[in-house]
Amino acid sequence: MLTPDTESALAALVAAADAPFAIEGQGTKRAMLRPVQAAATISTRNLTGITLHRPTELIISARAGTPVAEVEAMLATKGQMLIAEPPSYAGIFGAGNATIGGAVAAGISGPRRITGGAMRDHVMGVRFVNGAGEVMHSGGRVLKNVTGLDLCKLLTGSHGTLGIITEVTLKVLPRPEATATLAVNAADFATGQRVLSAGLGAPYGVSGAAIVGHRALLRIEDFAESVAYRIAKLRQDLAEHGASEIIEGEASRALWRDVAEATPLDLAPDDAVWRVSVKPSEGPRLAAALRTAFDAKLMLDWGGGLVWVAGPATEAAHRAVMAAAEDGAFLLFRAPDALRAAVPVIKPDAPALATIARRVKAALDPRGLFNPGRMQAGF
Amino acid sequence: MIALPPPKAEILAQRDAILAALRAMLPEDAVIGEPVRLKPYETDGLSAYRQVPLAVVLPRTTAEVADVLRYCNRMGIRVVPRGAGTSLSGGALPLADAVVIGLMRMNRILEVDYENRLAVVEAGVTNIGITQAVAGDGFFYAPDPSSQLACMIGGNVMMNSGGAHCLKYGVTANNLLGLTFVTIEGEVVRIGGEHLDGGGYDWLGLITGSEGQLGMVTEVTVRILRGPEGARAMLAAFDSIQVAGEAVDAIIGAGVIPVALEFMDRPCIHACEAFAHAGYPLDAEAMLIIEVEGSVAEQDALLGKIRDICARFAPLSMKVAQTPEESAAIWKGRKGAFGAVGRISPDYLCMDGTIPTGELPRVLRRIGEMSAECGLQVANVFHAGDGNLHPLIMFDANDPSSFARAEKFGADILRLCVEVGGCLTGEHGVGVEKRDLMGVQFSEAELDQQRAIKSAFDPGWLLNGAKVFPLVAGAHG
Ligand SMILES: Cc1cc2nc3c(=O)[nH]c(=O)nc-3n(C[C@H](O)[C@H](O)[C@H](O)COP(=O)(O)OP(=O)(O)OC[C@H]3O[C@@H](n4cnc5c(N)ncnc54)[C@H](O)[C@@H]3O)c2cc1C
Repeated sequence: MLTPDTESALAALVAAADAPFAIEGQGTKRAMLRPVQAAATISTRNLTGITLHRPTELIISARAGTPVAEVEAMLATKGQMLIAEPPSYAGIFGAGNATIGGAVAAGISGPRRITGGAMRDHVMGVRFVNGAGEVMHSGGRVLKNVTGLDLCKLLTGSHGTLGIITEVTLKVLPRPEATATLAVNAADFATGQRVLSAGLGAPYGVSGAAIVGHRALLRIEDFAESVAYRIAKLRQDLAEHGASEIIEGEASRALWRDVAEATPLDLAPDDAVWRVSVKPSEGPRLAAALRTAFDAKLMLDWGGGLVWVAGPATEAAHRAVMAAAEDGAFLLFRAPDALRAAVPVIKPDAPALATIARRVKAALDPRGLFNPGRMQAGF
Repeated sequence: MIALPPPKAEILAQRDAILAALRAMLPEDAVIGEPVRLKPYETDGLSAYRQVPLAVVLPRTTAEVADVLRYCNRMGIRVVPRGAGTSLSGGALPLADAVVIGLMRMNRILEVDYENRLAVVEAGVTNIGITQAVAGDGFFYAPDPSSQLACMIGGNVMMNSGGAHCLKYGVTANNLLGLTFVTIEGEVVRIGGEHLDGGGYDWLGLITGSEGQLGMVTEVTVRILRGPEGARAMLAAFDSIQVAGEAVDAIIGAGVIPVALEFMDRPCIHACEAFAHAGYPLDAEAMLIIEVEGSVAEQDALLGKIRDICARFAPLSMKVAQTPEESAAIWKGRKGAFGAVGRISPDYLCMDGTIPTGELPRVLRRIGEMSAECGLQVANVFHAGDGNLHPLIMFDANDPSSFARAEKFGADILRLCVEVGGCLTGEHGVGVEKRDLMGVQFSEAELDQQRAIKSAFDPGWLLNGAKVFPLVAGAHG
């Protein structure tokens, strides 16, 4: 494994390369998507350090290999947080010291995504090395920037296939003073999803909306008086939907950590895991279809629109997920190598877009050096 | 003046045949070729630049847009997409050999879905039109550019437009779910959908803010949000820019993120007050407009916190709106700022750089010095929470030397923005206006990288030529 400790050393490595690489930070998401077909690995784990933190400008910059935990700890000293609350997925992929570059490259967002935005919404700047070994930057260190094509968004969630991210700049926010969750009893997903839609359609700034077991969960985060007022109003407004309970403070935080990590799926070691993104009202239909198809374990987040699915690691189960996703998008999140090498792990682009995708890949990585096969066979 | 590329003589020579072909593929009233009827399309919000196009087409359907693009691509004809033409960077400026594709007739709202909090609209629906369609049910579309009565959602997508409330709600890119996108080859592609991030490349993010360089957008799926229980604005006036900047830092540093946090300097306060009669403090060097949301009690609590913070900076005055009408008057002045400056100077250039907010005092001091050096007045209005500056440079269009000095002054301000760690444009786009400054922010290799991505979508460089990228041999067709 090659672990350059400067951006320029990394760039030189790429410029001189004549064979493809697997690209990783600490490798905690190695088992995500397809297995990479490359003999050598480049890791950004030695590109570390927070390079800028301006609390009043709501900005933090860190080199790609900096652990997410270190970034979060630095922010906490100023009462701030990463908005996308990126989960570690330790329960799915095993524990590790996930890097901030990896979290951006994998485009990882937690429950706050539903109203607070995804990881891609908060990446204000990136530096990266392209396939020619050139150091590039896009965006910057300010909150508003529309100068040139937005390669920050293109690189976020590109899973190391378009460039090796060396440094990221993220928008951050104050950590809310208080948090509370309204848990409404819901006999089934359809009922629960209606509760979530009602909560998200109410004027109280819900920042998390998930269904775990037989409870629809709605989170409010803000100053303490606001949380107390809004959670009570929300409870009142949703009273007709069923009995409810208010969960406060640390208990509420623990609940949402579990939602973020998909802990309620209660995975068996050989379960495959999928994430399917649909329009929220479609979540219950999808869930019902997969329960019928293979008795799937299920959890709904993002107002019902993010369906976490666990089940047998078989092609038949994967086909069932692809079919049930309909207009939505699926992602095979965890599976044994044999399965993830054999099937499309991400919803394929339409043909006209696939042609453009190949040209964009060639524009950034003309020699096909980066993570071949990770998102798509032969790509 | 910024140069436009020379028109392709072989295209100009075929003008009549091109018009005939367009008339054959579109309804009679959708093709404009007569010089007098082309005139209204010769410019956009950057009115110092004018160029009558070869033709204008006004399609009503995605299929018609695709037909025109396919034809233009086959013939090697440049196209300039156009929404309402309010771009302040010359983004919709025509070229002499180009067909302008105007989407103002695609103005239908196709679907409103409250359960999933989304609306599907055609690209020519105005920004305010979306909010008006859902306001009766308590919802709104969040990004609110000051031009929202006129500008269209397709233009907003292509410019990734912001507004006064994007400190809390984000810019256009943060409020989209999907697009119907038409490539230069005339292929209709669905980008995103009615769901959130699905995995795969973020085409939605790349296309948003691409200024018509990658393809055309005909339909947009936007997120709509439930409005807050209420909102209220306050004013705080200070006797120095420096101190007002410190107050902004202190508010955010205390963990308070208002929905809006706007800044005006003395010339801007005076211009806006004369226009809006909002009770702006005329004795101040700098004024903040701060808006909060929530129930009345929540508004009181937050405004109380903010007043306490501002009080530490010896404000000249503070005024909290007591009624919705008072809040509206405060916003009327701010949203009318460009028009208000237009009343005191017939011509002005609106600049749009972003700076790290901590650099505000230094940058405004330097802008003041530059203003004195070049003998042109400037008024500053500024999204203080996110560092997006709008210096309005006043000049006299009848005096060519005045315009040349104004352009140079503007370019110098933008260079300064980049020098202190910011960027050339926060929300108005590069367009033709900032095209030749791109080298200040990007290396040649970085520009080539972006050009290569443009080429992946538009191999013949027919889409919105002369914008965004500095002219180089080989590019721009
Ligand atoms: C008084 C005033 C105030 C303003 N205030 C703000 C503000 O607060 N915030 C802000 O961000 N901007 C502001 N603007 C700038 C402008 O309104 C925005 O850039 C707006 O989004 C442009 O929309 P439009 O429909 O007028 O697009 P146009 O000006 O017609 O086009 C803008 C660009 O998008 C391209 N384009 C348009 N439609 C399409 C399409 N369907 N497909 C592909 N490409 C397309 C054009 O080629 C052009 O490059 C203001 C402008 C004025 C005049």
